Amino acid sequence: MEPLLLYPDPPPPELAQALDLGGYPWKSVGDELSAQRAEPDDGWAGAIVCADVDPEGAFSLCRALRKRDLPLEPLLLLVSGAQLHDLELRDDLFDDFCLAPFHPRELEARLKHLFWRTGRGTRPELIEYGELVLNLETYQAAFATKPLDLTYMEYELLKFLASHPGKVFTRETLLSRVWGYEYYGGARTVDVHIRRLRAKLGEEHANLIQTVRSVGYRFGQSRWGT
Amino acid sequence: MERQQDYVLRTVEERGVRHIRLWFTDVLGQLKSVETSPAELEAAFAEGMQFDGSAIDGFSRVQESDVLAMPDPNSFELLPWGIDDAPSARMFCDIANLDGTPFEGDPRQVLKRNLERAREKGFTFYVSPDIEFFYFAHSDPRQPLEPLDTASYFDLTTADVARDVRKQTIQTLEAMGIPVEYSHHEDAPSQHEIDLRYTDALTMADNITTFRFIVKEVAHEHGIHATFMPKPLESVQGSGMHTHFSLFEGDTNAFHDAGDPNGLSKLARGFIAGLLVHAREISAVTNQWVNSYKRLVAGFEAPIYVSWARNNRSVVVNVPHVKKGKAESTRIEFRSPDPACNPYLAFSVVLAAGLKGIEESYELPPETNANLYEMTDEQRMAEGIGMLPGSLSEAVDVMERSELVAEALGEHVFEWFLRNKRAEWRDYKTQITQFELDRYYRNV
Repeated sequence: MEPLLLYPDPPPPELAQALDLGGYPWKSVGDELSAQRAEPDDGWAGAIVCADVDPEGAFSLCRALRKRDLPLEPLLLLVSGAQLHDLELRDDLFDDFCLAPFHPRELEARLKHLFWRTGRGTRPELIEYGELVLNLETYQAAFATKPLDLTYMEYELLKFLASHPGKVFTRETLLSRVWGYEYYGGARTVDVHIRRLRAKLGEEHANLIQTVRSVGYRFGQSRWGT
Repeated sequence: MERQQDYVLRTVEERGVRHIRLWFTDVLGQLKSVETSPAELEAAFAEGMQFDGSAIDGFSRVQESDVLAMPDPNSFELLPWGIDDAPSARMFCDIANLDGTPFEGDPRQVLKRNLERAREKGFTFYVSPDIEFFYFAHSDPRQPLEPLDTASYFDLTTADVARDVRKQTIQTLEAMGIPVEYSHHEDAPSQHEIDLRYTDALTMADNITTFRFIVKEVAHEHGIHATFMPKPLESVQGSGMHTHFSLFEGDTNAFHDAGDPNGLSKLARGFIAGLLVHAREISAVTNQWVNSYKRLVAGFEAPIYVSWARNNRSVVVNVPHVKKGKAESTRIEFRSPDPACNPYLAFSVVLAAGLKGIEESYELPPETNANLYEMTDEQRMAEGIGMLPGSLSEAVDVMERSELVAEALGEHVFEWFLRNKRAEWRDYKTQITQFELDRYYRNV
């Protein structure tokens, strides 16, 4: 699946985390120009625009995205309760909206519905890397068809790593993207879980997760070589 | 939390898990298990599993005896072996009162409460234990104990049954997400050590509980017996659980200070001082059985003197050498606990003693460089080096006067523990031992 466009840059942490947990890839942009530059070859899968901090910037981006030859859709708008009147006469700028602060389950349900309606790519159901397969619907992971017995956090960590093969992540990034921003406990938690994952992957496959010295961790090799 | 529960429910369904064991421990650290079925799991998450606590050691109260087991979805693990080949799984539980408040008699809640205090000060508490234990040929205490070998430290023997058992044990531990750092044959015949990699204190207490279960279970499968009894054989060393502790502030090891000649921060010195000042008071918890004190005697490398040093195995607090560039692994090693303690309570009192030392800025006494076993009583007295309690009875007496332990354990556990340990001592004291018969029967 192509990434979702997110506004603003950086996006609100709770939004980034909800999308990571839901398995939606995303890229955040700060304005229309960077939206054009960062656009993937096959186009954005959709957009989530937060209008609660900078409404003006948000609505102008929506307008730009919808004025294209092929208007970007689906577009989900996040607005605060006090902004509901701003939606008047702007029905053409979005496909659906969600009140901020949002409930992660509601956000996910709305996205699912939007994707169903527009018929564009829904979120991926499988993440595959070599013989490793993660089924996002059933939360199951398997290696060469042999199921892996993971705890919830081990599963989430593996899912995150496996969806970005070849990319090096710092402990801090992993902590914030997998555990969430309020998680207390520090980056050592990441080391502990990486070791548990390696133990469960077994000696043969433990090196799928590599330690990048004084940086962090990398899962597998990049698809485009390193 | 919803997502974690969803993960558990879905995994149970997908993997065809038929038995879910809900685990918790009594006050003495004995593992208890209630089984539930997949159909009841959702309700167990929502409302807890109600059971009568009065049959559990340390859970009984005067009035209401029903309590709730609340499964912790983060601890959900499939067990690497099944009953009737159907996959089974386990989750640790917190015990709650019927109104949902934490139950005072639950050791896991006691540790959580103490960790919360550390957390309020910005600390995470990390633990890594070196667990020693023995294998014997049979499980009957009335027969003479039969070690499996006569090997010793680091020995690699060919006809070593225990080596295969140890290997399978480690595979099982790793499959359950309990990474092992080292394992080797220990000093005594048939004695082994397995070192677990550090993790946060709550997970480690869960892990040690799981560890003891797995070690015994795997041994049993091979027709031998594993024991964590602190001193099963009188002529050789006993089993300890030397435990490494460190405090982190976010990503920084709060025990490390590059400017200090020993690499120890003021905080670390306060923590060690706290442990030393309160070492005698917390002994009844870290060494909770009559038999624990048979290990804590001179001549078997067990710590009996309350002092600290770097790289000195005769002291109770050892500061291991830290490799250059590995400042984050700065830690202290507390050498008195034995593997038959309740890890939830032991970590609680260790943390409380250490934090007390930090809060009250206790002065750290000078390091002991001499071999304590070779010093005379007078020399030790002159240096102000005390001794750990010599018996359970003495340990309980010291603990009874400790405000620190009362506060760390909470009134319910503190009071029950004292009563239970006094009763154990009473039962022991009425025994007429072979020692006495040999010594007095004819001569007196």
